[in-house]
Amino acid sequence: MSARAPRLAIGLALMFCAPFLAEDARAERLIVSVSNHRVTVTPNYSGEELVLFGSVERDSNAPLPRTGYDLVVTVSGPRIDMVTRRKERRFGIWVNTDSRQFLKVPAYLAAFSNRPLDKIAAVDVLRRQQLGLKNVLLTQRVGTDYADVVASDPFRSAFIRLRNEQGLYRENTSAVTFLTPTLFRTSIPLPAEVPIGTYHIGIKLLADGALVTKTDTAFEIVKVGFEQFVATAARQHSIFYGIATACMALMTGWMASIVFRKD
Amino acid sequence: MQLYLPIADIPVNVFLILAMGAAVGFVSGMFGIGGGFLMTPLLIFVGIAPAVAVASVASHIAASSFSGALSYWRKRAIDPMLALILLSGGIVGTTLGVWTFTLLRSLGQLDLMIALSYVVLLTSVGAAMFWEGLRAMLRARGGNPVPLRRSGSHGWIHGLPLKVRFKRSKIYLSAIPVVVIGLIIGFIGAIMGIGGGFILVPMLIYVLRVPTATVIGTSMVLTLVTMTFATMLHAVTNHLVDVVLALILMTGGVTGAQFGARAGQRIRGDHLRLLLGLLILAVGVRFAIELGIRPTDLYTVRETTGGV
Repeated sequence: MSARAPRLAIGLALMFCAPFLAEDARAERLIVSVSNHRVTVTPNYSGEELVLFGSVERDSNAPLPRTGYDLVVTVSGPRIDMVTRRKERRFGIWVNTDSRQFLKVPAYLAAFSNRPLDKIAAVDVLRRQQLGLKNVLLTQRVGTDYADVVASDPFRSAFIRLRNEQGLYRENTSAVTFLTPTLFRTSIPLPAEVPIGTYHIGIKLLADGALVTKTDTAFEIVKVGFEQFVATAARQHSIFYGIATACMALMTGWMASIVFRKD
Repeated sequence: MQLYLPIADIPVNVFLILAMGAAVGFVSGMFGIGGGFLMTPLLIFVGIAPAVAVASVASHIAASSFSGALSYWRKRAIDPMLALILLSGGIVGTTLGVWTFTLLRSLGQLDLMIALSYVVLLTSVGAAMFWEGLRAMLRARGGNPVPLRRSGSHGWIHGLPLKVRFKRSKIYLSAIPVVVIGLIIGFIGAIMGIGGGFILVPMLIYVLRVPTATVIGTSMVLTLVTMTFATMLHAVTNHLVDVVLALILMTGGVTGAQFGARAGQRIRGDHLRLLLGLLILAVGVRFAIELGIRPTDLYTVRETTGGV
């Protein structure tokens, strides 16, 4: 019994590895680029739209997959902590009763694909690869535990719905277009409300319901010039910033009383 | 014209914010109040984060109350002694208020607390002012000159020890109720993110019987100091004061306040109180309705990065 166990393990390992080896042999590679790696926030900034384009590099002799390639692009912004609260009626008024904390979740999250996700792959594959808003890992603190919950959880779905209403979480299953069977593009809309910081783009290529290959890239949204100066001053020299603002308030008030003096 | 706010992190229409500042400034100049209880909800409505709104409005109120205080000072309508004693209570109240604010925020009941205090305060103060203004108006119409309840109507408040002579206001009064009122205003202001002028003015008039001539100027000094202090506090602790937003608000606010002050001088005192009472009552009722009816969305999401 004890002698047979290792052999069995090797056999199992080979069996499970086989599909992956086969995939490796296909040797597709993704080459992507985003139109702007550095979005600068200037006084007239009112959001931006980036374009991600790329192509699938394949061995010349490899056949195209039967149903063509599928692509899922996931853009996730800087990580923040959030809390979702639920109101209930108590003593005739509506009060927050229950809450759930979401830890280190993306401030901006977008999932773009070329066709509906349920047609691209089976539920378990989508779940494993975190494809789509339903399947992206959103860590919650449940009591003392840290875990993600099922997509139908009321707090999780309310969280995604509210972020979606603000334009910060979005899913679009027709945003990725294949110009040729191997050349694709998608636009990444960034509403003005998106926070500054580093944004990660994960691109996953699927074929016949399985992951073929993946790659990632990133871009950042930064404040420059005056915006950056004010933001850093407020954060790093907060005392001077406070004094300056207070002085500005007093100056404005004083000037108004001079300008509008009635004599 | 769109302009990106460096701290609030959203673009806003400059003219919209200017107009809002001017409108609230007009009201504040007319009634001699800070107007924070109108400005903060307006900014939140435009999409600015509540914390940034509260912090930036503080500096806006500081500006408009300074411009007001200067003109009242020239007219010798400020009682420095009264202002000083009110402030000593106000600082203690503000500290207590900030502490309570943090506690409530961690319990997740801050919104409820703010809404409840708005409802209770605004409806009661508003209704009282409205009623008083209405009575005064009816009395004036009936031909009876408005009886000013001045001397001779000393209540228990006037029997308290530690009496101080307030020369400018020409009253002789215990320091205790003055400190207590300062404390209450500081506490309420810190929790609700408002200057509290609209509560202070009636309190000084009806509870302490301070002559109307020095009430508004003195109340403005208190507002000026607490709001300047609050601006500093918000800048240092939360880094949430948006200087660009504040500047736009101030520019609109001080301009509006001047016209408001002129309009206010043309309106009779009882009419003015009636109008202010109505305005305060309306805001209070709005908050009451919000608490009572089922919200369109039972869930709310809020960012908690950076503590609390």
